[in-house]
Amino acid sequence: MGTGESDVDCNETLYRLYTYLDGELTEERRHKIQRHLDECETCLDAFDFEADLRMVIAQGCKDHVPYALRQRVLEALIVEEQKQQFTKG
Amino acid sequence: MAERAVFADLAMQHMPALYTTALRITRNPADAEDLVQETFLKAFRAFDRFEEGTNLKAWLYKILTNTFINSYRAAKRRPEKADVEDVEDLYLYHRLDDLQTAGTGRSAEDEFFDHITDDDVKQAIESLPEVFRIAVLLADVEGFSYKEIAEITEVPIGTVMSRIHRGRRALQKALAGSTVVQGLVGSAEPGH
Repeated sequence: MGTGESDVDCNETLYRLYTYLDGELTEERRHKIQRHLDECETCLDAFDFEADLRMVIAQGCKDHVPYALRQRVLEALIVEEQKQQFTKG
Repeated sequence: MAERAVFADLAMQHMPALYTTALRITRNPADAEDLVQETFLKAFRAFDRFEEGTNLKAWLYKILTNTFINSYRAAKRRPEKADVEDVEDLYLYHRLDDLQTAGTGRSAEDEFFDHITDDDVKQAIESLPEVFRIAVLLADVEGFSYKEIAEITEVPIGTVMSRIHRGRRALQKALAGSTVVQGLVGSAEPGH
């Protein structure tokens, strides 16, 4: 039944869900998956969960950079620059 | 403007991201700070080779991961846990769905999102084997494309996709083991 023209089914949608969420599908495939999600509540529910979970993971990994580390790195760069200027003569 | 100032101006913007990644991959704040400092120094030394207008963040990340692999991974004595039981796609989604049908009243999904903490997420990520952990960090936390990740980690795109895919499944399994979800399991059990 399935040729290039036909819509995708739930199996294929769920199979490609992560790649779709990553924005890595070809334009044609992306369009087909999107159409299926527009029409299929079950798959849309799974998609929504994965999208929300992705946000939670991305935002859960924020750490405040210690001020001392910033200063350390900036100072190390200054020292390195002076070393380079010294060797240039 | 001095070269160092130009570099600092451009590169320091990425320190929060690099630091967060360093924390997840070294799992040790002192090592993470050393790794970040070493990365910035190496990047500064190589800055004349950086092509202006190309992706600086990806370039910095390549230096970070190479430095980590060469300096820190080599120093570890613990063998890397390679045997992670693979679970199916949408593992966590189905797990929470099962809990929902056990009649908890409130949606297990809502409970999960309401109570999952940043620490839960960090711990789950840090529990992953290194290759999966790095892939998931680059893809899901930093939002690099498959192609960028392949360039950063110097492996083929197919390998990248496989690692991301398996890494996410392992991550979902780890999250399913968090206290939030375990608490849901407990409350769903009838008569225990």
